[in-house]
Amino acid sequence: MELTVTNLGCRRGELRVLSGVSFSVRGGTALILRGPNGSGKTTLLRTLAGLAPADGGTISMPREALAYAGHADGIKAQLSVAENLRFWADVFGHAGIDAALDMFDLRPLAHRQAQHLSAGQKRRLGLSRLLVTGRPIWLLDEPTVSLDTESVAIFGRMIAGHLADGGMAIVATHIDLGLETAETLDIAQFRASGEDHANPFLDDGFADWGNP
Amino acid sequence: MIALMKRDLQLALRSGGGFGLSLAFFLIVVMFVPFGVGPESAVLARIAPGILWIGALLSCLLSLDRIFQLDYEDGSLDLLATAPLPLEGIVAMKAVAHWLTTGLPLTVAAPVLGFLLNLPVEGYLWVFLSLAAGTPALSFLGTFGAAITVGLKRGGLLLSLLVLPLYIPTLIFGAQSVTRVVEGQSNSTAFAILAAISLFTFALIPFAAARALRVNIR
Amino acid sequence: MSIWEFANPRRFVHLTDTLLPWTTAGTVLLMGVGLVWGFFFTPDDYAQGSTVKIIFLHVPSAMLAINIWFMMLVTSLVWLVRRHHVSALAAKAAAPIGVTMTLIALFTGAIWGEPMWGTYWAWDPRLTSFMILFVFYLGYIALWAAIEDPDTAADLTSILCIVGSVFAFLSRYAVMFWNQGLHQGASLSLDKADHVANVFYIPLVISIAGFILFFITLVLLRTRSEIHARRISALLARERQG
Repeated sequence: MELTVTNLGCRRGELRVLSGVSFSVRGGTALILRGPNGSGKTTLLRTLAGLAPADGGTISMPREALAYAGHADGIKAQLSVAENLRFWADVFGHAGIDAALDMFDLRPLAHRQAQHLSAGQKRRLGLSRLLVTGRPIWLLDEPTVSLDTESVAIFGRMIAGHLADGGMAIVATHIDLGLETAETLDIAQFRASGEDHANPFLDDGFADWGNP
Repeated sequence: MIALMKRDLQLALRSGGGFGLSLAFFLIVVMFVPFGVGPESAVLARIAPGILWIGALLSCLLSLDRIFQLDYEDGSLDLLATAPLPLEGIVAMKAVAHWLTTGLPLTVAAPVLGFLLNLPVEGYLWVFLSLAAGTPALSFLGTFGAAITVGLKRGGLLLSLLVLPLYIPTLIFGAQSVTRVVEGQSNSTAFAILAAISLFTFALIPFAAARALRVNIR
Repeated sequence: MSIWEFANPRRFVHLTDTLLPWTTAGTVLLMGVGLVWGFFFTPDDYAQGSTVKIIFLHVPSAMLAINIWFMMLVTSLVWLVRRHHVSALAAKAAAPIGVTMTLIALFTGAIWGEPMWGTYWAWDPRLTSFMILFVFYLGYIALWAAIEDPDTAADLTSILCIVGSVFAFLSRYAVMFWNQGLHQGASLSLDKADHVANVFYIPLVISIAGFILFFITLVLLRTRSEIHARRISALLARERQG
């Protein structure tokens, strides 16, 4: 199994952020996205997930193979930890939430309402959702925000386990997750120039305005 | 998809917003009418079907902006959009959940409030039936409005401005279904068209609203 | 040569450069002739007296009010299907003209209604339909104004326009069911002798043609301004990005 992205373009609103993005990830490996703030890591992940339309280019895997985890965890404050996980398990047609509860040590919190969780605990709950999606490719946007060192280590093991099962992960992060099979991709190289030939409003034929 | 509806109902129950608020609002609107037009029972009886319909319609409007807004803010909508459910199905389930938490209670409460407005005897059954047939259309159209305005920061007011014109046919045929019976005429045309509008919104709105949602989350 | 070539903003702007002087001249000529003829050189109606002359404002504005919405529906569909920017911007440009025409039709109707029916306003199906059309226009314009990203705004307003059209149409039949009205039948029909006498017919047609050209002139101008605005924001964005 391999995910190949060829010549992908990404937009954020009207702006072209990235162009000519090409890379491939093999099963069992992770790809770490690097780049300064605003360079388009989130936009790239959202485009891969199918949330934002691609501006040309191809993605070799269907959307159904990808699981996305963004900045927001999609946790309902009024539901308990177990209920939150159970909901996503049902949505993705996955049977058990036990593995997900155990992975991040959430079992003692299973019946606590999510509104009483700390930020780090919420993050752990949000990430353990990935395990109930049953999807092979994880798209992770800054997954370690508000996690303590110990949780980061657990999270590293969770990804390593996923990779060992033949899965893949594309992670935008600045932290070393201790993954042996990770490659790094600096997306600054794909930064789009202001030239945008697809935008008809940047047509140079307009240049004769003002002096007819 | 059933899981989604179950979760929405659970959330409505636990946050206490769903049933209670719109019912209380409905009661207050109905209570205000005699204050506005005077307590003569003949006048009230004449306008009761219309007041009940307008009251139910406005109460329906209250909770519309919560249909997608909370899911949008906490990221659930992004995750749902990447889930194996079709977005059209998600919209339909959201609308059904909205109807169960607002339209249905309003329908049940309306005959009781009709009593306060001195609604003629023949009207009670038809107030109930017309609201039962018409409020699903209100929920579906409202879900469409909510899908259009979900990305906006202060979408609530705009949502009302967009949705209320869409409610006109439902209101007219709904209120006529009751008024005609009270006036001793046949209401079968009005009621049939009312039901047809509801069925029509079930078929049309999920596609339009899903399209709007896709635009709003990109 | 395909009509879609004018979907390119630059070509469209160049086209308007050529067209606008002609449509402007045509508007002045036809509106002038139609209205002056209508107001000063037609006899008073035997039943309605001189009040009938408001027909030369009322009928064209009412026709435009409805047809501008149709035009917005078509351009919205074109935007959704073919993603031509000019199409979306033309719909945006047309809406304020449409709402103004609706208001003119409502006001002239009220002025005409007072001597004819003894009331400025009645919940007649046609009056009510125009009131409803007015609120549909308001919602559409408010949505354009509320969304910052222009493509998102174009998408959402287009979807609203399509769903709105369906329900505006339903509303029209709903109000006809709800109340039988006072209005006379259609002012213009294929067998013209039906409702409007010959003396009024020709200046009315000229006046309608003048209003249509007036609309075309305005919508071309406004679409052009919208294109200029998009061009400026695109250039600023390019500047920022380097």
